[in-house]
Amino acid sequence: MKLSINRYINQTTKAAPLAVFRIFFGMMMFISIIRFWLNGWIEKLYIEPTFFFSYYGFEWVKPLGVYTYLLFVICALSALAVAIGYRYKWAIITFFLSFTYIELMDKTTYLNHYYFISLLSFLMIFLPAEKYFSWDARQKGSSDVVSKWSIDCIKLLLGIVYFYAGLAKLNSDWLFRAMPLKIWLPGRYDIPILGDFLHHEWVIYAFSWGGAIYDLCIPFLLLWKRSRTFAFALVVIFHVLTRVLFPIGMFPYIMIVSALIFFDARVHERILKVINKIVSVFSTATRNLPQKEVAIGEENRSLTSPANRLKVTRSENARTPKWKFTLLTTFFVIQLSLPWRYLLYPGELFWTEEGFRFSWRVMLMEKAGHANFKIVDRTYGETFYVDNGDFLTSFQEKQMSFQPDFILQYARFLRDHFASQGKEVEVYVESYVALNGRRSQLYIDPSVDLTKQKESFKHKNWILPFKDEIKGI
Amino acid sequence: MKKTYLIFGLIVLSSLMFIGCTENDSEIATDNFDRKAMLVNWADNIIIPGYESYVASLENLDAEAETFTTSPSLENLSNLRTAWLNANLAWQKVAMFEIGKAEAITLINFTNIYPTNTEYMIETIESGDYDLTSTNKQDEQGFPAIEYMIYGVRDTDQGIVDLYSQEIANHPYKVFLLDLTERLKALAKPVLDDWKNGYRDTFVNNEGSEATSSFNKLVNDYIFYYEKHLRAGKIGIPAGVFTGSSAPEKVEGLYSGKSKELFMAGLDATQAFFNGKSPDSNLAVEGIGLKTYLDFVQDISGGEDLGELINVQFESAKQQAEELEENFSIQVETDNSVMLQTYDELQKNVVNMKVDMLQALNIRVDYVDADGD
Repeated sequence: MKLSINRYINQTTKAAPLAVFRIFFGMMMFISIIRFWLNGWIEKLYIEPTFFFSYYGFEWVKPLGVYTYLLFVICALSALAVAIGYRYKWAIITFFLSFTYIELMDKTTYLNHYYFISLLSFLMIFLPAEKYFSWDARQKGSSDVVSKWSIDCIKLLLGIVYFYAGLAKLNSDWLFRAMPLKIWLPGRYDIPILGDFLHHEWVIYAFSWGGAIYDLCIPFLLLWKRSRTFAFALVVIFHVLTRVLFPIGMFPYIMIVSALIFFDARVHERILKVINKIVSVFSTATRNLPQKEVAIGEENRSLTSPANRLKVTRSENARTPKWKFTLLTTFFVIQLSLPWRYLLYPGELFWTEEGFRFSWRVMLMEKAGHANFKIVDRTYGETFYVDNGDFLTSFQEKQMSFQPDFILQYARFLRDHFASQGKEVEVYVESYVALNGRRSQLYIDPSVDLTKQKESFKHKNWILPFKDEIKGI
Repeated sequence: MKKTYLIFGLIVLSSLMFIGCTENDSEIATDNFDRKAMLVNWADNIIIPGYESYVASLENLDAEAETFTTSPSLENLSNLRTAWLNANLAWQKVAMFEIGKAEAITLINFTNIYPTNTEYMIETIESGDYDLTSTNKQDEQGFPAIEYMIYGVRDTDQGIVDLYSQEIANHPYKVFLLDLTERLKALAKPVLDDWKNGYRDTFVNNEGSEATSSFNKLVNDYIFYYEKHLRAGKIGIPAGVFTGSSAPEKVEGLYSGKSKELFMAGLDATQAFFNGKSPDSNLAVEGIGLKTYLDFVQDISGGEDLGELINVQFESAKQQAEELEENFSIQVETDNSVMLQTYDELQKNVVNMKVDMLQALNIRVDYVDADGD
């Protein structure tokens, strides 16, 4: 056993797939941030609001006013540095920290996609992605082989994302009520060709079942050499379809590009050749830049000539410190177990959302709510309601209205707000929530004073029980 | 290699076929919903006719103000008041359509902000130096300001006639009153013109379902109007729902005592829009609108008859509102509980529309990336 593990961690493979992955990842992230900026979302999501919803334990992470823009600049530049492999270690650490900081600023914007990017960039800190076809490699020496585990790590993470997303779809709402696709699809009838079918019940069921089967099978189809090309075609079709049907942003493209990692090195060498051609067009145009010639023997460590790379025959795994493996193993154990934490909570997961986030529950439910906060002012003996628009943006109000941790945090904010006016208040909420097309029902116990409730990972017993049942995982 | 494709292709295809066959039985033979036809109905049968009669009523208001200021008399005052009421009632039917030009110029904020800041307004009148296009002046113009000028500026009707009868060159009250009626016209006409000269087509052709589509935007505007202007502005705020202490001075129609009539017109208009009808048409059947769209999607998804529930709730809100005094400020002072009960009835439809209807129709509030909630 130990021997086989040792043998595995000493295995090497071609470095090209990892290099291609690094380049595309960096480029995708750079484009994503530019797109985010151009959509005006920095302003809308991080500058305009006066109140921000924090993750439990990360209350100290807040937007930085106008310096938030600087944060995005840093994030974008580090993404670019990752792409070209310029001081890769520092670049990817900076990217991970700045991106994660951005995501922690307000949980209103939580998306599984963003969580995926944070995880992936964390993982990439420990991968030798700069060893080949990068600025760093040109300076410090290139290696066309890397340890096999480093590429497998990315495959494993991708596999977890898909497989868990598939498992999460194995519930009665998704499979037997075709919800929430029955809500989402019929309205898209204006899409060419496909649109004509989207209001047919069997089509909607086909999408539901097809999606679940796809998510569960795709990691294995990609791993198996014989089905790989077919699987990749499926990846492209599936993600393009999600892009057309849903307001899902850059994620489909990121997934399509990421799935390339499953192909063997020859494909990647070909991709690198194309990139090489593009780069050399640019670099001949800007050749005046002083080029550091490292004359060690006949080796030419040029970025633009991957054919003449330094051959490192010595396995570099010997240098991989043990702590790295311990860390990565812990990382994956956490990844594999975190989605199951919902089992520790009573009640329906979709309803309470306790253990919902960070679990690859993607496009799983359509939930909407309305929360009306009642303030009982003990100082003056008055009762009144809050206009949420006074404190929250419409997007924040929407997200707050059906997520208990948001409701609690906002209630506690309201208490502090009125305390600053010299009022000692109790805060109650009358909230209605509708889930997957069911009639809205009362969500939070309206007789519970939320100022008395503490934020914690414990079950929130003031969430009223869900009046229906959703079977499955 | 070829074999693999075949196998997987077959597995996928057959599983889809299987599902297709088992579920096919319950399928209802409906054609696709036509959102564009709905937008056409809204634009051509509700919004544009609504603005047409609103602008016509403003012409009349302006003319009556002209008559009254040139020859002030009790009779002309009464005619002016009728013109004011008619224009205000016409306004209640279009106030919810804050889209396009109306949105760009924030029509509602210059047309119907109450209470009027009478103290500032008197200063403005007497200074004779003002710019009504300034956002600081929003609570010194529009219907509530005109109302003060023709109902509240003096204690008695004769007193009002006397005020406007004073022989002064450039009588500041006359000038201001005419500026107010002129201003309403200047606000409303470009909105109507814009609808008639191109915006109608832009609106109708933006028939998608994304956050920036006409459908999504107008429904969001509609619900915003229902929630903030109708429920909160006309009932909730004077009843003290958001402060804990009632505020009779914040009612609409404070000086004319027409609060109920204006409120009812607004409520009727929101219900008519829900049913795809103009509030002026006597159509017994609904037009293509939110109700028919809800019926369409619920044929697919099953579930309760939400359209019917919302209409029932509109009716019970109206029934509750019937018990209100004509002048809400009297109602607030004598028995605020009727105001609070009306608020509660209105609130129920906020939940029905904002939660259940928006979900059923898959309407997004904001344009941001999403991966499901």
